[in-house]
Amino acid sequence: MADAHTPVLVVDDLRTHFELPIGMVKAVDGVSFELERGKTLGVVGESGSGKTVLSRTIMGLNIASNARTSGSVVYDGRELVGLTPGEMRQLWGTEMAMVFQDPMTSLNPVVKVGRQLTEHMRAHLGTSKQEAKASAIELLRSVRIPEPEERFNNFPHEMSGGMRQRVCIAVALACGPKVLFADEPTTALDVTVQHQILNLLAQQQRERYMTMILVTHDLGVVAGRADEIMVMYAGKAVEKASTSTLFSAMRHPYTEALFRSIPKTGNPKHTRLTAIAGRPPDLIHPPPGCKFAPRCPYAQERCREEEPELQAAPEPGHSFACHYPVGSEAGKAAYEANLAAGVPQTLAAAGQVQATEDLSVVAAAAEEVV
Amino acid sequence: MARILGIRLLRLIATLFAVTFLSFIMTSLLPGDPAVAILGQDAIQNEALLEEVREDLGLNDPIPVRYWNWLTDAAQGDLGESYINAGQDVSQVIRDRVPVTAQLAIMAIILAVLMAIPLGVIGAYREGRWQDTTTSAAVQVALSVPNFIIGIFLIWLFAVQLGWLPASNWNRLSDGVWDNLRTSIMPATALAMTQMAIFSRLVRSDMIATLRENFILAARAKGLKDRYILMRHALRPSSLSLMTIIGINFGALLGGTVVIETLFAIPGLGFRLINAISQRDILVIQGITVFVAVVYVLVNTAVDLLYTVIDPRIRRS
Repeated sequence: MADAHTPVLVVDDLRTHFELPIGMVKAVDGVSFELERGKTLGVVGESGSGKTVLSRTIMGLNIASNARTSGSVVYDGRELVGLTPGEMRQLWGTEMAMVFQDPMTSLNPVVKVGRQLTEHMRAHLGTSKQEAKASAIELLRSVRIPEPEERFNNFPHEMSGGMRQRVCIAVALACGPKVLFADEPTTALDVTVQHQILNLLAQQQRERYMTMILVTHDLGVVAGRADEIMVMYAGKAVEKASTSTLFSAMRHPYTEALFRSIPKTGNPKHTRLTAIAGRPPDLIHPPPGCKFAPRCPYAQERCREEEPELQAAPEPGHSFACHYPVGSEAGKAAYEANLAAGVPQTLAAAGQVQATEDLSVVAAAAEEVV
Repeated sequence: MARILGIRLLRLIATLFAVTFLSFIMTSLLPGDPAVAILGQDAIQNEALLEEVREDLGLNDPIPVRYWNWLTDAAQGDLGESYINAGQDVSQVIRDRVPVTAQLAIMAIILAVLMAIPLGVIGAYREGRWQDTTTSAAVQVALSVPNFIIGIFLIWLFAVQLGWLPASNWNRLSDGVWDNLRTSIMPATALAMTQMAIFSRLVRSDMIATLRENFILAARAKGLKDRYILMRHALRPSSLSLMTIIGINFGALLGGTVVIETLFAIPGLGFRLINAISQRDILVIQGITVFVAVVYVLVNTAVDLLYTVIDPRIRRS
């Protein structure tokens, strides 16, 4: 019998590369983590950081024929990498389930909600039609959909976006999965609905003692909801820590940049949001050295030549990949040297010039300031 | 709903006006003289007799007048008589010929759909792999071979070599289902091959687009079997263009089975239409044209209504 502290999910050096005619896209490039039963891992990063591919790779959902996966995913003592789709299918829905980003497109528009809620119950658990309907209505009620009996016979287009995401959550929960992946579950929704959906996910996760992987680009989303956070950049984990450690002692400049870009209600009106200058790197020809260096306000010569390895921080369970970490003497010195030298992204981070996606624009603006 | 049907009805009437008027002008402008066709080539010298026949048939009236006369009669259900076969009612011609051609067209469409859906689904599901390339190649062949070649091949194989089926002729459905099937299966198959090729290409390409949808990935992530996902989740959203083309091609088949009807000596509508055209038998041409046009519009209206069954989102708009 596995005790509560045995990790239910052990991911080791997982890589997913996509072979394209123009080269190899290293979407996930050596990610490792462990997750205990009942815990929530927040995976945070910009679009293109590999977080969605990571969750799909763990679940084995990368059906593209040009995807190459290596490394190891051990779920409940069982190696998943290398299983056939037919073998994985046994786990989908019953052991692992996923809530997708866009509820407007992840429900079949021509199939009634009721069927979409019950079909996998009947296929996996052999539930009778009446039983499946009864538990589907119960599920709809538990995700707080009013008048579940009527909603059961609705088509998806007869519901709002928030309502549909509740249905998607109910669909994911229907066969009692032990691991729930939530891939940007609120990105496509209204701000007012986002909170409700996140709270619903957290509540269901607690009640069902599920392990959850919450993927988001918004550090604010995982702040109060994840036990641990992994920050991803260009297919790699650049910082991992428990949530409280991460927020109190973040080491990676990218984590810091994400943190700064959370809108804060305490700010005076019309405060500019701090953006991160530049774009995520080209994953086919990534920069040598640290992938974040071209955008990093702390970057030094060494960062552009030598890729930092993930190293342990003093706090337990905290690791980061940076030569000049935030909060260290070396980091402070690097930042100040860059500021004095008028390095564009450093000026942008300090709020002296406007950060935009195009680094050359930032550089031009920096010229004028210096 | 009543409003939609009302608009449909108006559209049907407008279509019929346009179709009948155009075909009336076309047939009247054809070189050749119905009077000669009636009296035979020998009468070509006898201008007085020819003139009498023309006057008798109203052929000397201006085209708009003749069209108007035809139209007012047709509106009362009288499509006139054949010029050539005196006393033969055009409506009777249609009543005799339509069941034959309609049966052929329906059989061809059903056969084509039954073959096309599995082929298209397999092609889309295995896009780019050998299952797809083989079926696509076979479909390409079926599309490039004219249907009368397929008909000739079928006759050679099943009538000449194996002797299982009669090479030509037609037994009416009233003569017994089995007898009818023995004469209808080959022409229907010959007609179906081209349709099958068109349909399966449509299903394949629509299905490929559908399989890229998020809801298909979501269905996979629920652990549903691929076959179930294909048939339950992917096929319906992928069949809208198939429905459209079935409607259009059914109408086209009603008037366009003439080659196959000739090959198999089938007394159908197309066969009769070609006859009428070569004899300048204007009222028969008109009658058949109107009939095909009416069926065409009706079938396509039915298809439009079917859309709302397939995709519930269309119901609202």
